[in-house]
Amino acid sequence: MMARREQDEVIIRVQGLKNGFGEQIVHENLDLEVRRGEILGVVGGSGTGKSVLMRSIVGLQTPLEGSIEVFGENTIGREETEATNIRKRWGVLFQGGALFSTLTVSENVQVPIKEFYPGLDQALLEEIAAYKVVMTGLPPDAGPKFPAELSGGMKKRAGLARALALDPELLFLDEPTAGLDPIGAAAFDELTASLQKTLGLTVFLITHDLDTLYAICDRVAVLADKRVIAVGTIDELLALDHPWIEEYFKGPRGRAAVASAERAQART
Amino acid sequence: MRGSADFERIDAGGGATLRFTGNLSLACLRDLPERLNAIEGPIAKLDLSQVERIDTVGAWLVHRFARDHGSTLEGLEADEQHLLDQVAAAEHPIELPRKPADPFTRMLGEVGDAIFVAGHTLYGLLGFMGATTIAFWNVFTHPKRFRFNATVHRFEVVGVSALGIIGLMSFLIGIVIAQQGAVQLRQFGAEVYTINLVGRITLRELGVLMTAIMVAGRSGSAFAAQLGTMKLTEEIDAMRTIGVSPMEALVVPRTLAVVLMMPLLGFYASLVAIMGGGLLCWISLDIPPVTFIQRIREVVPLTDLWVGLVKAPVFGAIIAISGCFQGMQVEGDAEQVGNRTTIAVVQAIFLVIVLDAFFAVFFSEVGWI
Repeated sequence: MMARREQDEVIIRVQGLKNGFGEQIVHENLDLEVRRGEILGVVGGSGTGKSVLMRSIVGLQTPLEGSIEVFGENTIGREETEATNIRKRWGVLFQGGALFSTLTVSENVQVPIKEFYPGLDQALLEEIAAYKVVMTGLPPDAGPKFPAELSGGMKKRAGLARALALDPELLFLDEPTAGLDPIGAAAFDELTASLQKTLGLTVFLITHDLDTLYAICDRVAVLADKRVIAVGTIDELLALDHPWIEEYFKGPRGRAAVASAERAQART
Repeated sequence: MRGSADFERIDAGGGATLRFTGNLSLACLRDLPERLNAIEGPIAKLDLSQVERIDTVGAWLVHRFARDHGSTLEGLEADEQHLLDQVAAAEHPIELPRKPADPFTRMLGEVGDAIFVAGHTLYGLLGFMGATTIAFWNVFTHPKRFRFNATVHRFEVVGVSALGIIGLMSFLIGIVIAQQGAVQLRQFGAEVYTINLVGRITLRELGVLMTAIMVAGRSGSAFAAQLGTMKLTEEIDAMRTIGVSPMEALVVPRTLAVVLMMPLLGFYASLVAIMGGGLLCWISLDIPPVTFIQRIREVVPLTDLWVGLVKAPVFGAIIAISGCFQGMQVEGDAEQVGNRTTIAVVQAIFLVIVLDAFFAVFFSEVGWI
């Protein structure tokens, strides 16, 4: 994942996706491409199916129609063993962290490693878990704690540590900064950007947080009317003159986010 | 390009050098950690220029080796260096899990813990009974706060829905008692006393006791799981902040439903068990149903019915209160809901049987034999 990567290589390619629950159609004819090494922000109003899109890509939701390719391989209807090989290469952070409640944070991080590489000795596993925990910004003493003893923000960080356990090439984040205080959210953004730089990650980031979009996203995909209506940098999106996008980015919160992004730029 | 990680040792002037090759990543490590551990003595340099790819696990191994052997690193690209710096910055001493104590000490500790928990639970249960009584009193003095719909809904869940399974169970129990009794009594030529056996034991003991066990399994466990989940999702806290007392809104309807349903279910269970016994007597002992019913009326005193019916609401209260109590004790995680549900059922059945023994002594003292 270091250097030696082809720019503009497509990592996720979604084509003609259709998703629905019973009568209700969530996605129809949805196309999306995620390129290697970018942080792609996915935005959209509540109920536009951002999480459903993520669940379809990682294979938790079988779409009604369409094709999804990850790392150039089709993910729909794969044999379990082949699907496992793809799963090894991505990490997923769910909204609430989704930590295994009966395991400690450190054991949670070890689960994927043990699952895929059973041969490693316990001391090395503990060490790996320990530095992963600290790398995601948790205090060192969080390792032996159980998820129930952690705050919401710490659970997210622990979830991120687990998602990063296998050093994935692709990271899915579902609203990572929701429910965090502004300082914690900014730190999480910084962490995502730094990990992305360090590990050469591709990040698929669902968010409502305008500050996150301005601070770290290379491109933003906008979900509306059951499909992706536009993908591009924020400036490109604003040039489109779409009323929802205008309101999203130019509302009071959008203006505040621009101001803070500019302040941050001025400082560096 | 996916070469597995490897290294070679070069001993040249100025100290030894390890030259790493291949993919220093989790997927390609193989036995590298063990081989690195086996190396002793100082290594002056680690040459990483031949490494194709490195991830955080590889970086950690390199960092740890360099730290332990006082080596300097060479041949790193800029972002590889960045990765190593990040991993090094995240280093901190870890505590390995403590060694378990020797079996005897551990057993002693577990016995102590169990006694403490048992005492604590009994104390808590007593307190919860008090709280339930107060809640009942509050509802009684402020009848508007009584949740009629919730209570009636519980009647259905606890009572009506249980009719099928309790009926089937009781019918089979009746058959078993009659069959076993007939086999033993036949040895004395006293098969006809099978009717006494079936009639008295089901009305006095088994009807209510088996119903209590079934209700504890069906409803006591459901109460514990429902309240436990509500506790986890902060619904109970939300109720409190709105000003609704969870004791009045959740515990009172459930307890009332079980207390009222238990005598009805117990009576029903006894009747069905007697029918089961009657069927066996008819088929296997040639006692026609009319004779059977007539004999039942002669040999079963009315006090037997009262003995059963007096116990039923008490058992019901025990089942509901221990279910609700354990549900309210849930804190933390989902596993607790499972544990507390198990405890609720075991505790309820245990207490029901203990109380049943007390009742048996009590009724024989007052002469309802």
